[in-house]
Formats: sequence, structure tokens, C-alpha cells
Amino acid sequence: MSIISDRRLVALDNSEIPRYSRHLLLPEVGPEGQQRLKAAKVLIVGAGGLGAPLALYLAAAGVGTIGVVDHDLVEASNLQRQVIHSTRDIDRPKTESAKDRIRGLNPLVNVVTYNVALTAGNAMDILHDYDVVADGTDNYQTRYLVNDACVLLDIPNVYGSIFQFEGQATVFHAADGPCYRCLYPAPPPPGLVPSCAEGGVVGVLPGIVGTIQACEVIKLIVGVGEGQGLTGRLLLFDAWRMKFREVKLEKDPACPVCGENPVINELIDYEQFCGLTQPDEGMDGITPLELKARLDKEDPLQLVDVREQHERNVFAFEGAKPVPFGQVVRRMDELDPHTEAVFICKVGRRSALAIRALREAGYAGRMLNLLGGTNAWARDVDNSLPQY
Amino acid sequence: MAVTILIPTALRAFTDRKAEVEVEGRTAGEAVAAFAGAYPDIRHHLYDDAGSLRSFINIYVGEKNVKDASGLETPVRDGETVMIVPAIAGGKALVRDSGACPDDTGRRP
Ligand SMILES: [Zn+2]
Repeated sequence: MSIISDRRLVALDNSEIPRYSRHLLLPEVGPEGQQRLKAAKVLIVGAGGLGAPLALYLAAAGVGTIGVVDHDLVEASNLQRQVIHSTRDIDRPKTESAKDRIRGLNPLVNVVTYNVALTAGNAMDILHDYDVVADGTDNYQTRYLVNDACVLLDIPNVYGSIFQFEGQATVFHAADGPCYRCLYPAPPPPGLVPSCAEGGVVGVLPGIVGTIQACEVIKLIVGVGEGQGLTGRLLLFDAWRMKFREVKLEKDPACPVCGENPVINELIDYEQFCGLTQPDEGMDGITPLELKARLDKEDPLQLVDVREQHERNVFAFEGAKPVPFGQVVRRMDELDPHTEAVFICKVGRRSALAIRALREAGYAGRMLNLLGGTNAWARDVDNSLPQY
Repeated sequence: MAVTILIPTALRAFTDRKAEVEVEGRTAGEAVAAFAGAYPDIRHHLYDDAGSLRSFINIYVGEKNVKDASGLETPVRDGETVMIVPAIAGGKALVRDSGACPDDTGRRP
């Protein structure tokens, strides 16, 4: 069944026929499916790695109206995977760059840009006009925001997310099946993986996952039979092992937003929900300059570098003992609780994670977190080292 | 019962990058506990302070989420797979200064 009602169908004019002929030749799409695509309004949240293939394939497919929400500028480091942007677009708003590219690909598409961050304050206004939302964001608070707004507005949410070389995709449509909260009632607290591990993503991964999302968007619009869409199924993809797996997704009757007795009836404070407004309780930090001064005084300190081997290959932190953050508890005995320990990573997040894990595991020694990590050290103390 | 734990990328930092390990267990809970016992650094990421499985972690025996079966008591058969599937959120940063993950490549300084 299509989410676009028959009364919204708009005739195709003759100039459109050649462009869409490969769709028109498919009985599953045909002229009627193409008219539904033309009538459809799809909102893409995030013009990044996932948003790029989404926007390109939906534009090429002839989706009549494509909205794009993003508040960022194009950066050089985006170009490794965000193929909708080009080198000449660096420093331009992503929405503008995406709009130009969509227009170049298919001038028949009406592109609506929102050069803003999606918030609880503007989400309902922006989303309510659309038939489908495709979520291409990379943080939990926006994921929950998009989910709740889609449930409240009864809009299907075509979900994709990625981490390093692993992807997930499904369709959340509370009218027919589960929502994001049915699957994950709450996000990881800040500082717990996977909310905060080392970055990095293989560039083709969002290309594959975003293209799967585009396929599901098109199927929702054109209409497919029961069980053919991804509703109720979570697709898991490992790009490195080139493996797809699939698991069942069921609606949770106790879901706070789409369950039998919903307690969330309007948008909430997602920063607070995701624990981002709580200060980090009682963790002691040390700035690079303070650390330098103490090392110069030859204070007794044990330096612990919790970065991974491939990062230490970029440069080793002089005098530091390497213990990757995923091994600190297992190797706790290698630390001396009678000597103050300074934990070091790239930006000061994984080191905080290591300190928290050690404290929970009962390590009794005093621990300090190098604030800003090796990047801050390279900036403030030793300019000969690279920031990466 | 020997079962295979499938480890997601996000947790491989704790398993020397291993993607799967064999453990013993008669239930999903026993298998996951045996896994956490072998890699103690992972415990904090799987269980909260009360010892419950964290709400951003789902455990599947075969294709079935244990939440939709008997929870951690869900039995596992010899040779079956137990897959750990955490929430991941990659794609594109949309909220500035979220503090969520400064290491993320897509995020502006
Ligand atoms: Zn739900």
C-alpha cells in the first residue's frame, strides 16, 4: 500500500516520460508509481554521509519535493563520503550545496532547504508537511527527536545509522510497527561506547546504508506488499566482512511514545534525555600546560596513553605507558595506585571513559584526565606534534 | 552449551578487535555473562550499576530479540549464535556542541 493517496496523483507531462522510462517499464512502479513519486514530499534530516545518497537517488527517482535540514558547512573531511558535496563547496552551507546538486541532477524537483539545527522547538513545524522522513543524523538526541516527532505526526521514519564499518537500517512507522524507542528505550549515557569511541568511518558505508534508506523511501511511496518493506525488520550490515543479517523488530506495548499508554505526548528536552546536560561528576582534569609544568619539576607521575596502536603510530606520547582504553580494567594490575596517573587520549573523552571504568572496577589510585588530549598537548605544549 | 557471541564493531575495542567468540551458557544471560567475564572491560558497557542489561543494548538469539522471548532467561541451543546489537548513531552531526562525541569525524570543532 502506498502512503500517497490516489487523489494526490499528478499527471506526468510528456517531457518527464523519457527521464523516468526505466521506472515506467517496471510493473511495480509504472506511470502510477511515478505519479506518486511526483506527488510525494520527503524530508532528509542531515545532508551528510547518509543524506548524500538519499538526496541524489530520491532526486533522480523523481520525488516531487525534497526537504533538506542541515546547519553545517561543508568541510574537507566530509568529502571522503558525503558525495553530494564537491571540493568547490568547502565552507558553503551543506543545504545550499545539496540544493545545487539536486537541481543539476533533476530540475523538476522542488527543493526546500532548512539551514538550521533540528530542535524540539522547530521539528513539528518542519516535519508536519512531509509524507516520509529519512533520518541521516549522527547523534542520539536528534534520533529520539525525529522518532518522537514522526510518531506524534504519524509519519514513517526511514532509519539508517552507521558506526565505523557497520550499519543498521529499518523503517519505523508506529501505525504499522515499532518505533525507535521500542527498539532502544534510552540512548547510551555520554562516555559509554558506542556514544563515544574513536571516530572514523569507511567512506562507502554511508553510501550503502543511505541507498538502502532511499530504496525504502521509494517503496513506501510507490507502495509494496506486506512484508516487502523493512518495517518490523532491522537490517544489519558489516561492510568489512560483507555480511548482511536481519533480525525481527517488535512493537513494545509499553513503549512510552507509541505503546498502549503513551506518556510522551509532546516533544521533550532531548539534550537532558540523552544526559548531555549533566556535568561530569568529580573527575579531575589537568591541562597540557599544567602537565608540562609538573613533568618539568619531575613530579612522580605515571602517564597512561589509552589510544589505539594505529594512533600511537601517528606519534607516541613520550614517557607514557600504552594501555588501549578497552583493556584498562583487565590490565589494572600494571598501574601503581600509589603514584598519580594521568590518562591520555586524542581529545580527552576515551581517557575519561578509562578513568570511570577503573574507578568502578575499584582502582584506588588518584587519576587525572589530560584535558583536550594529545590534540591540546600538540596545540599548547609541543607544536612539533600533529593534531589528527 | 557452546554458543557463538557476535560482537558489534562498537564493542570490539574491548575484545582485541575480535568479531566473535565462543562461550558456554544455557541461556542468553549466561552466555553474555560468560562473555563479559572473559573481557571485564566490557562489563560496564553492557550492564548498569544494578546489573541489568543497558537499554541501548539488545541481545538476539538467532533472529529473535530476547526482550520478545524470555529475556536473559531465553534458552540457547548448542551451536546457536547470540548477537549483541547496540544503538549506533553515526551519519552526520546535526546538533552542535552536543558533547556526545568530539572524536566523531563528521563534527565541526
Ligand atoms: Zn515505540
